[in-house]
Amino acid sequence: MIGTSLSLLTTLGWRNLWRHTRRTVVILFAITLGVWFMVISAGMMVGIIEQQVRDTIFNLVGHAQIHHPKFRDDPAIEHSMPPPSAALLAVLNGPAVKQWSSRIRLPAVVMSERESRGVTLVGIDPAREQGLSLIGNPVVEGRALESSDDTGIIIGRRMAEKLETRVGKRIVIMSQDKNKEVADRGFRIIGLYQADLEATETAYVFTGIKTAQKLLGMGNDISEISLITGSREGLDPLVARLREAAPDLESRSWQELEPLIVTAMKVYDNFMIIWYLIIFIAMAFGLTNTMLMAVYERTREIGLFQALGMRPRFIVGQVLVETFILLVIGIVLGNLTGWFTSDVIFAKGIDLTEFARGMESFQMSSIMYFQLEMSDLVTINLLVIGLGLVASLYPAVKAARYVPVEAITRT
Amino acid sequence: MGIVFHLAWRNLWRNRRRTWLTAGAIAFSTILLVLWVPIQFGAYEIMIDASLRVFPGHAQIQRPGYQDKPKIRNAIDNAEALARSLRGSNHYTGVAARAQGFALLSSGTRSYGAQVVGVEPEYEGDTSSIPGLVKRGRYLSGIDAQEIVIGAALARNLKVKIGDEVTMLGGGKDGSVAAAILPVVGIFESGSNEMDRFFSEIPLHTFQSVFSMGHSAHTISVVAKTVEEQPELLAALRKAVKGRDDLVVLGWEQLVPGLKEGIQVDKVSGFIFYGILIAVVIFSILNTFLMSVLERTREFGLMLALGSRPKRIAGLMMLESALLTLLGLVIGVTIGGALVYWVHIVGFAYPGMEELVKQYNMPGLSRIYPQLNAFNFMLGPGTIFAATNIAAWIPILRIRKLEPVEAMRTI
Repeated sequence: MIGTSLSLLTTLGWRNLWRHTRRTVVILFAITLGVWFMVISAGMMVGIIEQQVRDTIFNLVGHAQIHHPKFRDDPAIEHSMPPPSAALLAVLNGPAVKQWSSRIRLPAVVMSERESRGVTLVGIDPAREQGLSLIGNPVVEGRALESSDDTGIIIGRRMAEKLETRVGKRIVIMSQDKNKEVADRGFRIIGLYQADLEATETAYVFTGIKTAQKLLGMGNDISEISLITGSREGLDPLVARLREAAPDLESRSWQELEPLIVTAMKVYDNFMIIWYLIIFIAMAFGLTNTMLMAVYERTREIGLFQALGMRPRFIVGQVLVETFILLVIGIVLGNLTGWFTSDVIFAKGIDLTEFARGMESFQMSSIMYFQLEMSDLVTINLLVIGLGLVASLYPAVKAARYVPVEAITRT
Repeated sequence: MGIVFHLAWRNLWRNRRRTWLTAGAIAFSTILLVLWVPIQFGAYEIMIDASLRVFPGHAQIQRPGYQDKPKIRNAIDNAEALARSLRGSNHYTGVAARAQGFALLSSGTRSYGAQVVGVEPEYEGDTSSIPGLVKRGRYLSGIDAQEIVIGAALARNLKVKIGDEVTMLGGGKDGSVAAAILPVVGIFESGSNEMDRFFSEIPLHTFQSVFSMGHSAHTISVVAKTVEEQPELLAALRKAVKGRDDLVVLGWEQLVPGLKEGIQVDKVSGFIFYGILIAVVIFSILNTFLMSVLERTREFGLMLALGSRPKRIAGLMMLESALLTLLGLVIGVTIGGALVYWVHIVGFAYPGMEELVKQYNMPGLSRIYPQLNAFNFMLGPGTIFAATNIAAWIPILRIRKLEPVEAMRTI
């Protein structure tokens, strides 16, 4: 019964829509435009946030880190920690961890023949950094570090410009050693690395971890352990196990290490819902109005239906089904054009190099990518259909309340 | 004219619901724009002002090339005399000479690299907010005092408090070693993470003797009454240093290029968003205009047959759409104006904003206040008025093609 009446309503709705092709096309265009806009703005926001999260994780943070409890607040040499114990190694080499690496990471001053600047000296085991952090990427000039006791140094491309130096030249690194004396040593620049943000390129210089330990007289001690897992979500059980294995050290997930980016994600999420609502309300006025006109001009016909015994709720249903068809067409078109915009037209990202320094001040890289998430699409589509039907309730109920005799006699 | 106006007004109310819904859509978009454009521009104003007031100033006089490569050798001779000569003019509210260098600051146990700026304590407060941001201790007392003020994060990292001594070690202008021991007299909190961590100030004469600078300095920072006076400020400064090839005048756009480009990116994306929002509204209400012409074809036929010229009917319809738009605009501007006034009083903030902004090194942005001026206020309503009326013309143009007899036969 319900099945047949639904198919009847669908046929009626579909035919009614095309009685006024022009009007239907105009309102379809409004819905499509609105949905398209929601889809691409979601894609843009997710793209920006994703890139920031990825960059942050890749920027020597990883999915989780282990430090001396005081190191994060005060990254000084006395807050170093011993190499991982057997218990900790068991977790680190376990199946949950994809890759891990220990590092030296201490403030230092770098001096070229002409300039000096403050930097963070990072001692690494080059083989373990691949896929874990930005320094695992190939260098843009010169060669990469080859082993833990490599005595060369790698600096950022834009750092080399600031220091007016280049590959093959020597620079001096000055820092505080274990005995609180100033330790310094000349390093030959063997390569230049590249990062999206200038701030990253000028923040870190890299050398072999053993070379750094020797310079600073710290034996086998390290500053931090960084690791990545299969997924950046759901890290709590792993972090709990790390804490258990190393109770006197501090283990933290990236969400705890970088609370700002988590805040930013929340702010954007809330903002997007408000944004969808604004666009939706803009189209809802048109939708309600169009359905109202459609009902109004069919007054006689609806009166006749009622006189012939159609129940009011079927009339409501008829208007709702008509709206539903309209919304579904609009949504399909909106999603398709949105997908086309983000994954075909701008598949290579939007190049904003022209505004690179401006993007940099918002800590964004100069190429912007769209990223469509299924969950966002579901949210948008459900919201448009749900609220769209609510918006058409007014004309629907209005039509159902027509008094048959009056309606039929209306000219 | 009177009768046309009367007709148009009455026609509007022939379909009250449709008129209200259409006016509602226009009012809705007007409220958004009237509220949001001033807040957006207000945010830029505060961003610019806060970033410039902390340290750079509205304009600077430097030696050519210093901005790109701030080398200690590239200094202005007799900078204080030049600054003094500028102070006579009433174009500037603040003029201060500064020398800048980089040094390793050490306390008993810690060493960190930091920017060291030599300032004229008497005048620095006119161009920079740092003297006013000293939260503990006091600012520098005189131009040749042996003292230093440092950022709060730097103080924490160095583990120093007021009265402790720090050792400064850097390279002088002539390549000699620059070293001094200075007591910390003040600790400032600027709200910018970077400044609080890497910034320190000492009196100019102390800087000149430590860094073997003679009477030279690197920049003369100038502040006008407001940022908007930038063109006059630059003109006055250029006139003041006319004939000196060894000096250049730089506006804030050149001093902090990221800020301007960042604002441009934001402005462009903001206007694209407004544009699409308006487009959604236009398509959403286009049906109203379309229907108001289509449903009156018979009436128009009659009017034509009675001798009305098509132009007159088109004029009537345009007046109708203009009245309808105005109705929406008046409602929108009234509500939007009230809202923006309310925000003007209480300020605008969202949760997490302050932390996010701090990370972008834009201090003092805890609340945004809308920038109220005629342009910001009328930009939205003006655009909407133009856009809706252009949309209304599309169906109206059909009237010119109507044949009286045929038109009267349409149902």
